[in-house]
Amino acid sequence: MSRAALLVLADGRFPAGGHAHSGGAEAAVKAGRITSAASLEDFCRGRLHTAGLVAGALAAAAVLGVEPRELDAAADARTPSPALRAAARRLGRQLMRAARASWPSAELDALAGEFPKGVHQPVVLGVAARAAGLSPVDAAYCAAYESVSGPATATVRLLSLDPFDATGALARLAPELDRVADAAVEAAGRVVDEGVDALPAASGPLLEVGAEWHAAWPVRLFAS
Amino acid sequence: MHLDHTHHGPSALSADAHRPDGTRRALRIGLGGPVGSGKTATVAALCRALRDELSLAVVTNDIYTREDAEFLLREAVLPPERITAVETGACPHTAIRDDISANLEAVEDLEDAVGPLDLILVESGGDNLTATFSKGLVDAQIFVIDVAGGDDIPRKGGPGVTTADLLVVNKTDLAPYVGSDLARMAADAKAQRAELPVVFQSLRGETGAADVAAWVRERLAAWTA
Repeated sequence: MSRAALLVLADGRFPAGGHAHSGGAEAAVKAGRITSAASLEDFCRGRLHTAGLVAGALAAAAVLGVEPRELDAAADARTPSPALRAAARRLGRQLMRAARASWPSAELDALAGEFPKGVHQPVVLGVAARAAGLSPVDAAYCAAYESVSGPATATVRLLSLDPFDATGALARLAPELDRVADAAVEAAGRVVDEGVDALPAASGPLLEVGAEWHAAWPVRLFAS
Repeated sequence: MHLDHTHHGPSALSADAHRPDGTRRALRIGLGGPVGSGKTATVAALCRALRDELSLAVVTNDIYTREDAEFLLREAVLPPERITAVETGACPHTAIRDDISANLEAVEDLEDAVGPLDLILVESGGDNLTATFSKGLVDAQIFVIDVAGGDDIPRKGGPGVTTADLLVVNKTDLAPYVGSDLARMAADAKAQRAELPVVFQSLRGETGAADVAAWVRERLAAWTA
């Protein structure tokens, strides 16, 4: 297996449904919390250290072979918003299809069979990374990066933001992304011995509240 | 890509012709075309024409609302459980071509919920002239344009006009009022599409979508043969 598989998995064009989701950016734009490249960067920083950290740890733990069913339940417990839980499972199901086509594996098939309606996306991401021969830190990076790249590209569409400014914001977050990925891997290592309670439980209340608000809109551009 | 073998896994991946239980899945036909050309009205007319002889369902891909799905529900062309809306993140062409996962789930869920189905119509949100459906999602595609959008559209070509399995030129009843030359549109379409079929229709006329329905029946006969 090749490390370059990470590039395939982390590619924004990997056909796993992410393009239809804004990672909470649509609600934040409407609420006036994202208005510019600077406030997009603030939003992404918050999401990285909360949802991104938890997703990274879930993905890394799945690469280490922690039981996906337990990780899925732990992800539920860390996601108060029903709309976000539904979105995470929908994205997990979509990622599952792309992953099974890309890296056929008995583990992915078994997980898809056990949960036909999907498990939380970071868990699938970790099992997919495992099938691709990638390491826990690879999966953690992928999950953490997705937690900020989704809102950034969505905001380019929502605010007609200069795409160079949005990409610059992502680039400036890179050193923090390194630290979040390291913390996620460290937590995942403890999960192997201590169980899923060792997973981080950071959350952004406004992300959860905003997701419930957003899910009730009759007119919106993004699914979440 | 996976036409001739079944997976041992729990669900199909994309274009598999068979469902996990070994039965043949529904024929999937995509309808694309510019905003306002009459895609949803054609879907509604097809449902009325075919619902008594076929088991069918519809997936809509609205750009930012559920309007198309709600139009079909309001018109009561099918029971509500046979109509599903997919959200496309401001990019309907992405959802039907580059990342078809949400649409594949919608068609599979419809087959699970209300199947067995003979036919699923997948309607794209109104988009541009380059929007085409992935072969991993649909088995055939219809591109709908209208005479009021300009009679130069067939001449301009583009992937939809040039490669769709059926080109529908809609609203022919408006041609005299908008100065569109139907003969010119037909000649240009012939030049772009060679032997691929073209239907000129007015849903306000007596025949409605009968020609398109006949074409769908032919595709279905070939699919089940």
